[in-house]
Amino acid sequence: MTASSTHATEAARILNICNACRYCEGHCAVFPAAQLIPLASQDDGALVDLDYLSHLCHSCGACYRHCQYADPHEFSVNVPGVLANLRMASFEQLIRPRMLKMSVTHPLSFSLASTLLFVTGFGLAMASNGLTNEAAGGFYALVPHTMMASIFSLAAVLVVICWTSSARAFWRDLQLPWFTQLPTRVFTGAFSDALSLKNLGGGHELGCYEAGEQPSLFKRRAHHLTVTGFMLCFSATCVATIYHYLLDSPAPYHWFELPKLLGISGGIILAVGATGLLLVNTKADDALGGTNTGFGIALTVLLLLTSVSGLVLMLAHNTQWLRVTLALHLGIVLALFVNFACGKFTHGLYRTIALIAYHHRAGP
Amino acid sequence: MPEHYDVIVIGGGHAGLTAAITAAENGARVCMLESAPRAMRGGNSRHTRNLRPVHVDTRPPMSGVYDQHEYLDDLLRVTGGKTNQSLAALTLRESAMAIEWLVQRGVRFQPPLSGTLHLGRTNAFFLGGGKALVNALYAFAENLGITIYYNALDIQLEFVDTRFTGLSCQLNNVEQIMTSDSLVAASGGFEANLEWLTEIWGDAASNFLIRGTPYNRGDILKQLIRAGFRTVGEPHQCHAVAIDGRAPKFDGGIVSRVDCVPFGVVVNKNGERFHDEGEDFWPKRYASWGRLIANQPEQVAWAIIDDKVGDIFMPTVSKPVVANTIPGLASQLGVSADNLNQTLEHYNSAVRPGQFSPTELDDCHTENLAVKKSHWAQTLDKAPYRAYELRCGITFTYLGVAVDERARLMIGDEPSHNVFAAGEIMAGNVLGEGYLAGIGMTIGHVFGKIAGLQATRHDS
Repeated sequence: MTASSTHATEAARILNICNACRYCEGHCAVFPAAQLIPLASQDDGALVDLDYLSHLCHSCGACYRHCQYADPHEFSVNVPGVLANLRMASFEQLIRPRMLKMSVTHPLSFSLASTLLFVTGFGLAMASNGLTNEAAGGFYALVPHTMMASIFSLAAVLVVICWTSSARAFWRDLQLPWFTQLPTRVFTGAFSDALSLKNLGGGHELGCYEAGEQPSLFKRRAHHLTVTGFMLCFSATCVATIYHYLLDSPAPYHWFELPKLLGISGGIILAVGATGLLLVNTKADDALGGTNTGFGIALTVLLLLTSVSGLVLMLAHNTQWLRVTLALHLGIVLALFVNFACGKFTHGLYRTIALIAYHHRAGP
Repeated sequence: MPEHYDVIVIGGGHAGLTAAITAAENGARVCMLESAPRAMRGGNSRHTRNLRPVHVDTRPPMSGVYDQHEYLDDLLRVTGGKTNQSLAALTLRESAMAIEWLVQRGVRFQPPLSGTLHLGRTNAFFLGGGKALVNALYAFAENLGITIYYNALDIQLEFVDTRFTGLSCQLNNVEQIMTSDSLVAASGGFEANLEWLTEIWGDAASNFLIRGTPYNRGDILKQLIRAGFRTVGEPHQCHAVAIDGRAPKFDGGIVSRVDCVPFGVVVNKNGERFHDEGEDFWPKRYASWGRLIANQPEQVAWAIIDDKVGDIFMPTVSKPVVANTIPGLASQLGVSADNLNQTLEHYNSAVRPGQFSPTELDDCHTENLAVKKSHWAQTLDKAPYRAYELRCGITFTYLGVAVDERARLMIGDEPSHNVFAAGEIMAGNVLGEGYLAGIGMTIGHVFGKIAGLQATRHDS
């Protein structure tokens, strides 16, 4: 038996019990979804549907805390644990490019290695650029704008290609109709659930139970802060690009100008959010996470380093630290891009697709 | 120096927690003793899913209206009038505040579970089930500063005449002595005490399953009876249901339900039918079927359906016995093939054509059959056949301590000075026989609150 089929067998055993019990129905989408699936069979069809459930689970822990059949009961039911194991096997299968599977199986080593590689690469590129008056020339004296724009544009395009490939694979596995054939309510429902993180609400909007028996909205809020901070940083880059090419106003910008305002606020909020998520990662009960907690930690650490290095970089302007901090920041951001393509970041993609499948199957 | 408390509560289930919290909120220094380890705290409350509150408006989670008049009618019908009417009226009246009380202390409710829509008007379902309720109340109790001990074993109550003075117990293998001004007994029934059940039922008890906690052995109840407090209820009376015979001996809970009974036939070890399977909807009958099976040879039966009955009932956890022929099925069940064939032939020939409708009391019935089937009667003749083993599962026992409207135990006709009870241990005051879905938790709530309050006002 392959690892994932062992997990699939265990998941089917457990969800069989859940379907007979149903007390956790009100907590999240997983239990209503599980009732729509025939779990009796163990063939490939059932395997794929369990992948769907594994991504639908947001690892909030409510059902584990409230399960009268959890250890030490002889039924030994642990829904988030077994779904986490299935989810990791699914990540391994779905990430693109397939040759970078190490980002799933050895996430911490992979992220560290890629960060070091890119930081070194940027450092060498800057060294070969000759000794100019760094303080006066700013970033673009160290790394020409066109080079920076090209590298990251290319990286962004590659990320989108990887996402498209992964998304198509999952969409096909779930046997979803082509998206133009799905009613609007499926998308509004899925996106609304995804953006609001409805499934981190526990059903009663008191939050998650991953750290203890009492619910808390900490995980949802940390997640929202992270996403907000990230989007502000991303919009800072977009606005700066518009300023550069359309308004003929290149960096550096004054602190009261839009790119700076977006970037600073984004960086701070992202740092706070990522710290929160890192706390969630480390305080979460081992029983919930399956066996690969490094996967989440790799992303949160990269996000934290991105925001901190970005803020430090801004402060390093006009100082002797500019070269080093620029190499660090660019290298870290590129490593973050790689995580976007084939690391934990892709969970946003799969969970949204799972929610689309949920709203499609649940009917109006 | 023994620890001294104002109130000691024995039992850490819903009733005990309610009593302890109420006492603490009224200024008492409270200790609650739970015999189970922390991971199994909460007794049978872990397995519950709802309570039944009276309500005259449609505030969520309730729909419609369920007034005291209708509630009392339902209770009198299921108990056949075997109930203490004033305590029953008290329970129903005070149930109105249950939801609000629980919500204020961290419990959350949800719309009725799928498959239980018909209970939406009468029952309030706990979001996350009974264990979520138990967890919320434990957290609330801890925040109030209530002293909670788990693994409290071998509790020995001390009385001077019938006044409670204190107790000794084993806490983590260390003997502890504690004294208090009053005692609330909320330690459950004696359903997990196989020896006691055998005294009452004889050898049949060995074939029963105990649906809930293995910790309800009735040790406290026995000591209270020995101390002279009046009992209520008959030894044979209990909440017992027909459940999956392959369920665990203890603690199987809700997933051991078998919901296909009304749609097939039920035969005993002799291959004979013994009761109308289609008498009424299953939720209204599974309790009486528990007792019926207890009276069958070897306390076992099988619900048999054929392939015409699709997946119109909640799935079972254990897989049914499957066979393509009746003799094949009989041999797997250890039942005489001849008898089973004959039973099914008689049944099939008595089935009258009708319009099968699982959600209504349809017109599919039998005629000229010794043991009739009133509804959902279809011929049983299309392979493959599925058989589900049924055994009697006891939820909780009704023989308990008599109480008055202040939850005080009784010595003859005199109320106790300082001993109170709540939950299963006194549910027999309201439930002489039969059961009403959700009323167990309702009794636990109402008498938990009363006992908790009165325990702080005992006459000293």
